[in-house]
Amino acid sequence: MLEIKNLHVEIDGKKILNGLNLQVKPGEVAAIMGPNGSGKSTLSYVIAGKDEYDVTDGEILLDGQNILEMDPEERAAAGVFLAFQYPVEIPGVATMTFLKASLNAQRKSRGEAVLSTPDFMRAVREAADTLQVNPDMLKRPLNVGFSGGEKKRMEILQMALLAPRYGILDETDSGLDIDALRIVSEGVNKLRAANRGFLVITHYQRLLDYIKPDVVHVMSKGQIVKSGSADLALELEKSGYRDYVAAEAA
Amino acid sequence: MTAEITRINTAAETKLTEQFRSANYSAHAFDPAFDRSRAFERYSKAGLPHRRIEAWHYTDLRAILRDAHAPTVAPSADLVAQAKAHLAKTAEVAGARVVLIDGHFEPSLSRDLEQPGLSVRSLLDVLGAGASDATALLATHAEEEAEAVLALNAALMQGGAVVTVTAGATIAEPVEVVMLTSGAQPSAVTTRSLVAVGAKASVVVLERQESLGQAPQQSNHALILSVGDGATLHHVVLQDGTDTGTQAVTTVLARLGAESNLMSFALVTGSGFVRRQNFMEFAGDTAKGALRGVALLDGKAHADTTLVVTHKALHCESRELYKHILDDETTGIFQGKVIVAPGAQKTDGKMMSRAIFLNDGATMYNKPELEIFADDVVCGHGATAGFLNEDQLFYLQARGIPKAVAEGLLLEAFAAEAVEDVGTEAIRDQLTESIGLWLHQRHQ
Repeated sequence: MLEIKNLHVEIDGKKILNGLNLQVKPGEVAAIMGPNGSGKSTLSYVIAGKDEYDVTDGEILLDGQNILEMDPEERAAAGVFLAFQYPVEIPGVATMTFLKASLNAQRKSRGEAVLSTPDFMRAVREAADTLQVNPDMLKRPLNVGFSGGEKKRMEILQMALLAPRYGILDETDSGLDIDALRIVSEGVNKLRAANRGFLVITHYQRLLDYIKPDVVHVMSKGQIVKSGSADLALELEKSGYRDYVAAEAA
Repeated sequence: MTAEITRINTAAETKLTEQFRSANYSAHAFDPAFDRSRAFERYSKAGLPHRRIEAWHYTDLRAILRDAHAPTVAPSADLVAQAKAHLAKTAEVAGARVVLIDGHFEPSLSRDLEQPGLSVRSLLDVLGAGASDATALLATHAEEEAEAVLALNAALMQGGAVVTVTAGATIAEPVEVVMLTSGAQPSAVTTRSLVAVGAKASVVVLERQESLGQAPQQSNHALILSVGDGATLHHVVLQDGTDTGTQAVTTVLARLGAESNLMSFALVTGSGFVRRQNFMEFAGDTAKGALRGVALLDGKAHADTTLVVTHKALHCESRELYKHILDDETTGIFQGKVIVAPGAQKTDGKMMSRAIFLNDGATMYNKPELEIFADDVVCGHGATAGFLNEDQLFYLQARGIPKAVAEGLLLEAFAAEAVEDVGTEAIRDQLTESIGLWLHQRHQ
């Protein structure tokens, strides 16, 4: 279980998250929707461990263990995966080299044996097939010169390879055309499993047509202000976020 | 009445003069360029370069050289045995190898010096044989910026390697020039070497500068690269693991013939004081020249790369790319000047210096300059200095890669760009390994 309790986060003295509470159960796909500036991306970064944010109160528990004191790499090894909204370009580091370094670092950290090269190659190829990633892309420097769609597919490929306990998808649909959206969503759906949870952050309901959420949370001003079933996303698509923003302001 | 300004010699300058006067140098009277007394006089007029000379502004050699160590002597049998054991530690490679110990040619450790199309000789043998094409090249005059240092080099030179490749020859295996210093006591070594590649010939030269001991070493190396018309030369220097006491000045004078190709690369690592000054002159049309370097600095290292690239011909392409990684309280200096002479039309010049700081205490000085006297040219330069990109680091960490490993990956990638296409694959592997080793040792 991924449990966030009373999370308060600031950046440069500005409050972004104000006592956020959230649970994602194993096997569950939880969607978070909300207007610009509501703190959705901050939440994803804080879970992954980016250190420019000050957590002033609260806890993030992964299976009962508070991960806030852990380095990003320890959180990754514990099973947290963030699919970045803007995957970072790393010139000079071949994608394949990076994939191997990540996978083996996580395995090592968990006390598992390093994967043999043939096993590693098989795992990469399998994930690449599902996501229609051209094998040539794996030889290129990570994300350098990749199109928006290629970058997002590469994120999901990494998630497939690293097989996390919880996948956090930060606006994975942004910048994707319909075909890429479908491929990426299929990649995610394939990873759905009883012991794996997802937190899907998005502005638009469209993504949720492809990745069906079990629960939808509405976020505004750094808090979850409403939770409901998948129907809530459809409602929001019609009415917008105005009600929630206004309710907060009142 | 003419007023004469009397320069007050520093302790090191006084000692250099004493050393020169008391030494018994062989004379090579056939060429005034090798008249040691005249060379020493030329040096003496200016003295050691200092910060008021623009090209030495960031590297005040007069202030840095507190002392002039005694010149090295010819190696003892013990030292030769020690050098032999040292060389045995690195993997055997095919190809010619010339070994200088403390600046003195050591025939017993050198091998395959004469091959079809290739000849590797000792400097003193070449000078002893009288005037030749090689001696004419060895007498190459320095540009103004390097004059004092090169004059001192001509006055004090103890030995060197003379590599000549005959026209049309392709030398398959790299020629290895190993410059070993004993490092048993503080000492100074002065060498002058030449690589002359005949028309349409090609060769790769790997220069290794290594020390057997830790005692402070001073060196003044001069290297003349002559690339004939249509010839190709890759020149790679491994100045690896310099110690705190190292004070090394190297001057490279390269001249490119028409349609020739030069790649000159230097890897400098460690905590020593290193100045590498490269002069590259495009003398024939349609030549391509690249100067590259990677400096990995720790402790209180001071590494200065000073370039003067002079385009005197049509349609030539110059590329300079230097990468500095600066840890601790190190100082990196990049001074690059590209001169396009009147009439050197269609020149294509690009110069880039990039630096990454690993510590707040490190400093980088970048001084790119363009002096263009032709109107149909494309020239550009750029310089950057900063810390590792936090977003890249976080991305790698978020995938489970520990911070130290992530830093290593990014730094290796940063340096790797300058290593691309340098020498042979085996040499690139060696460079990559040295870079990896330095990065790895940082975390020990």
